[in-house]
Amino acid sequence: MSGARTSEGRWRRIRALIIKETLQVARDPSSFVVAFVLPALLLFLFGFGISFDATRLKIGLVIEETTPAARDFLSSLANTPYFDVHQAWDRRAFVDDLAAGRLNGVIVLAGDFADRLARGDTAGIQVITDGSDPNTAGLVEGYVQGAWASWLAQRAVGADVTAPGQIDIQSRFWFNPELESARFLVPGSISLIQMMIGSLLTALVVSREWERGTMEALLATPVGVFEFIVGKLVPNFVLGMFAMGVSVLASLFVFNIPLRGSITALALFTAVFLGVALSLGLLISTVARTQFIASQIAMLVAFLPGLYFSGFLFEVASMPAPLRLFARIVPAGYYVRGLQTIFLAGDIWAVILPASGVLLLMSAFLFALTVWNTRQRLD
Amino acid sequence: MTLPLVSIEGLSKRFGKQGPAAIHALTTEVRAGQVTGLVGPDGAGKTTLMRLMAALLEPSEGRIEVCGHDTRTDAIAIHDTIGYMPQRFGLYEDLTVIENLTLYADLRGVVGSARKETFERLLAFTDLARFTDRLAGALSGGMKQKLGLACAMLRSPQLLLLDEPSVGVDPISRRELWRMVYQLVEQGVGVVWSTAYLDEAENCAEVIVMSEGRVLYQGDPKSLTAGMAGRVYQARGAGAERREALARALTRPDIVDGVMQGEAIRLVMAEGVQPPTPEAVGASTPVAIAQAAPRFEDAFVAMLGGQPKRTSWTGGRRAVEPSGAAPVEAKALTRRFGAFTAADAITFTIRRGEIFGLLGPNGAGKSTTFKMMCGLLRPTEGTALVDGLDLYKAPAAARARLGYMAQKFSLYGDLSVQQNLEFFAGAYGLAGARRREAVGRVIEAFDLKLYLEENAGGLPLGFKQRLALSCAIMHEPPVLFLDEPTSGVDPLTRREFWAYINAMVGRGVTVMVTTHFMDEAEYCDRVALIYRGRSIAVGTPETLQDSVRTPESPNPTLEDAFIALVEASDRERRAA
Repeated sequence: MSGARTSEGRWRRIRALIIKETLQVARDPSSFVVAFVLPALLLFLFGFGISFDATRLKIGLVIEETTPAARDFLSSLANTPYFDVHQAWDRRAFVDDLAAGRLNGVIVLAGDFADRLARGDTAGIQVITDGSDPNTAGLVEGYVQGAWASWLAQRAVGADVTAPGQIDIQSRFWFNPELESARFLVPGSISLIQMMIGSLLTALVVSREWERGTMEALLATPVGVFEFIVGKLVPNFVLGMFAMGVSVLASLFVFNIPLRGSITALALFTAVFLGVALSLGLLISTVARTQFIASQIAMLVAFLPGLYFSGFLFEVASMPAPLRLFARIVPAGYYVRGLQTIFLAGDIWAVILPASGVLLLMSAFLFALTVWNTRQRLD
Repeated sequence: MTLPLVSIEGLSKRFGKQGPAAIHALTTEVRAGQVTGLVGPDGAGKTTLMRLMAALLEPSEGRIEVCGHDTRTDAIAIHDTIGYMPQRFGLYEDLTVIENLTLYADLRGVVGSARKETFERLLAFTDLARFTDRLAGALSGGMKQKLGLACAMLRSPQLLLLDEPSVGVDPISRRELWRMVYQLVEQGVGVVWSTAYLDEAENCAEVIVMSEGRVLYQGDPKSLTAGMAGRVYQARGAGAERREALARALTRPDIVDGVMQGEAIRLVMAEGVQPPTPEAVGASTPVAIAQAAPRFEDAFVAMLGGQPKRTSWTGGRRAVEPSGAAPVEAKALTRRFGAFTAADAITFTIRRGEIFGLLGPNGAGKSTTFKMMCGLLRPTEGTALVDGLDLYKAPAAARARLGYMAQKFSLYGDLSVQQNLEFFAGAYGLAGARRREAVGRVIEAFDLKLYLEENAGGLPLGFKQRLALSCAIMHEPPVLFLDEPTSGVDPLTRREFWAYINAMVGRGVTVMVTTHFMDEAEYCDRVALIYRGRSIAVGTPETLQDSVRTPESPNPTLEDAFIALVEASDRERRAA
């Protein structure tokens, strides 16, 4: 029997495997769920469900002694869109509301507020927040500081006096001037989607072959490891790019996220990342023989690190050193930074190229590990 | 003498470095142009040996040569020359028949005009031409098996390895498959057929009988069976006492094996002793004893030293108190799934102390009926009664009267024997002193004392089976339902299991059992043959056999009866 190892035979086998895989994906509802429903769900969850933007923070303002300055500060707070201000004369009036979560924070203007202000002292106000919800507490603090600073600045303008040596801080948030969280959450969730399709789906389809006993039948044919791997990679790669297309359309037209970079850069960069995700999925499938175990491992090594360490939800810079080090080997981190750049800033090659380089290295490493780990035997 | 297709020398296989040997020091040969049967119970090492021959596993010691290629170094060449059908046939269920064929043709390099010709030949051979656009998952067990075979045969292999091809396949398809395999053998192909069914051994030119990784017997099955001539007898006439009579007979040293065979008791004598006398059976009614044709199974059990002698088992204390109603009754049970009728007006009544079998091919509606009888599935029409209680009007009371042993035992593998017993006792609502008493009773009755602290998952098969049965009868139910209780179990373990069942039946317990094992059906008093959702025949195994007796086939087996009745039903349906 000749011809088994000729290149013609090899391409015929690869083509046959790709056709088979494509038919299976087309007929299998679970592939459809992972490739289309899950991305939609994640996008909407991150795009609409989670928001780090605060509008109408409920604030209690304690004015211990009514002075024109205090009233002025009150009206300046109430005039911004960020605060819903309640007023009282004593801080005790707000203690219960703060504890019950009816208020996000309390601002206290002490009795000597006006005097100290007149003397030019600093630290004129006290901000009390709910430490059990640090996220909101931080927001309140930041927003109140901002409001306080702008009120002081207004007063200075109004009084037409400029304190000598005072620094004039002007904040500019580049690329996302409105600081809308969807703008960095949506690119982040795209990375999760790609990771799911690349790793989870790939690991699932291979372990399914083990579970259903078809792997055994395949192994007893002249199919080689390389052919089998390529036969799995190509259809899932196409599926991943397809889901990418859907995600990008949703980002542009549902979430109104600008795409300042080029489609080409986006596609190429995504292809590079998919390489890592697919290799990781294949590597998982070399150890997992059941779909259950495959999905557990994929969750643990692909999805969760992508969620926590890619920096789109949690700031990596503020993590302890060992975790920062770990975050460096999480491929999703490089992808998220690159994606955010392409979406919000443009084709900044100084960001995209190094990230691509790291991702390519990662996928080469994982792929080599997969080929080395795939034995063409059952034991 | 031609060169052997497969030669195996000193082969051992261990999984893990220090693991027990799944195959132990095996030396054997497989020849071209014949069927070699690989026979043995589950866990004997059949599948491991198949995979070793298919070069899917590497030998730990020794070597295998397949068609002149070493499996260690030449796996690719071997994959090019053999056909291998794994268990469950290795089909993609979400691809159609023709897509499966095309895939394997591409992988095996059957292209161009050769492909067209091969497809035509195989589709005609397997009679699948009408179903090419059907998804493989939607095929019946028999059709899947044929498609699997076709995929394995695309390249006209010299060696065809079939791993348990007849599991989950009804007797008719099984016969057809044998016919197809014989045709291949005539063309010179060597076939290895692994099976847990001993009756299939007789179809092989040569058998390798395996148990626990070792070869027990190798050679012509007919000569092994022929060696039993004059040692096998049937005793008829013991009537209702026949189960006690069998238990008594088995305690005698000159009787090595005995099973129920419908109305008769089949007895296998030790070598060189006198034929059995009616006294050996010791029934109060006159018993007629006649010689019977030996089967491979008789020889197999005799070779293993016969059934272990045990003092007759009493099992539990109480006899079942008779009640007025029939213990189990199905009244026009019907279950529809959408437009499909899985069970169509199935009616039967089981008498007290009777073993009643539901027999039928996979997908015939036997499991659907069984589930309705257990109260696990609501009938679309009709009623299911246990001791006169409707399973849907008084489910708790009805279920308290039945014990249920599921397929594959449904034990908690990670719990110890004691913990399993305690759990099931609790599940049946036994608490305090009653629970202790019930658990103590089954431990004693089933000899579980030595294994109490061991995890159920690691028990030997026979003990697993005993434990499952203990759990099912903890609450002393008058009715026992068994779902395929002994599929894949070796004949000795199966005999032991049935000895327990027979003893319980002796005390008045009523048993309903589903099976597709023909010889297990012979242990039943009466069987109902379920086919295409309908009960097409009900009666004792003998009456079913009698009903198909013709001059051409004067001594039909139960399997012959099964096939004839199913075919008659198909003819009727077509005529209607």
